[in-house]
Amino acid sequence: MSATIRLQREPFDAAIEAAKLTRGRTDIGAVVTFAGICRGDEAGTSISALTLEHYPGMAETEIARHVAEAEKRWPLLGVTVIHRYGRIAPGENIVLVITASSHREAAFAAAEFLMDYLKTRAPFWKQVEATGGAIWVAAKESDDRASERWTAPARGKSETVR
Amino acid sequence: MKLRYFAWVRERVGIPEENVDVPAEVKTVADLIGWLSARGEEYAYAFENPKVIRAAIDRHHVQPQAHIANAGEIAFFPPMTGG
Repeated sequence: MSATIRLQREPFDAAIEAAKLTRGRTDIGAVVTFAGICRGDEAGTSISALTLEHYPGMAETEIARHVAEAEKRWPLLGVTVIHRYGRIAPGENIVLVITASSHREAAFAAAEFLMDYLKTRAPFWKQVEATGGAIWVAAKESDDRASERWTAPARGKSETVR
Repeated sequence: MKLRYFAWVRERVGIPEENVDVPAEVKTVADLIGWLSARGEEYAYAFENPKVIRAAIDRHHVQPQAHIANAGEIAFFPPMTGG
């Protein structure tokens, strides 16, 4: 399976990345593209920008680990994960997950799995710039629950991601 | 060993990284948090609620009871908010 993992400051183009993944392929029947976008408000307060801090080295490793885990769970034909860091303005993209498979079930499930893990396990931290100053975004319990649902043993398998 | 701090843990400690010689009785990540907390006000502030501190040894997530004996780099940070 071809996997592309990139951390970058610059915005990405989701359509170009999806085209790259499928170009020249006739085995891929389903592509799911998820893009996370910076909202103009956080918890009801309007923000002027987000700044994403990350742990270089560990972030790539941790994403690669989860891409490998997704590949074990579903018959994937390609994965692209791009995560930005640095200052990001409302309306700009933050994260991209693209999964390709022969059929849609695997592509949808793997994209959700990867996003849930990126939220809770990939070493990135969001800080928002609001009128009152800079505030670190608190982790959400709903994200932990979304991530935990994947740790239930899969049918016929016992491995979990820890 | 090298210690690295991220996000508000980094801001509270006041530095992004440092090298430390840890006494032999400091065996686990939890022990290390306790030892660091006693080093000064900024550390006590950063680690005042150990429950919200996450740790990684050599770029792998670990639990507080993880042993640090062979660690090259230990990082401390708040719960992650990427994606």
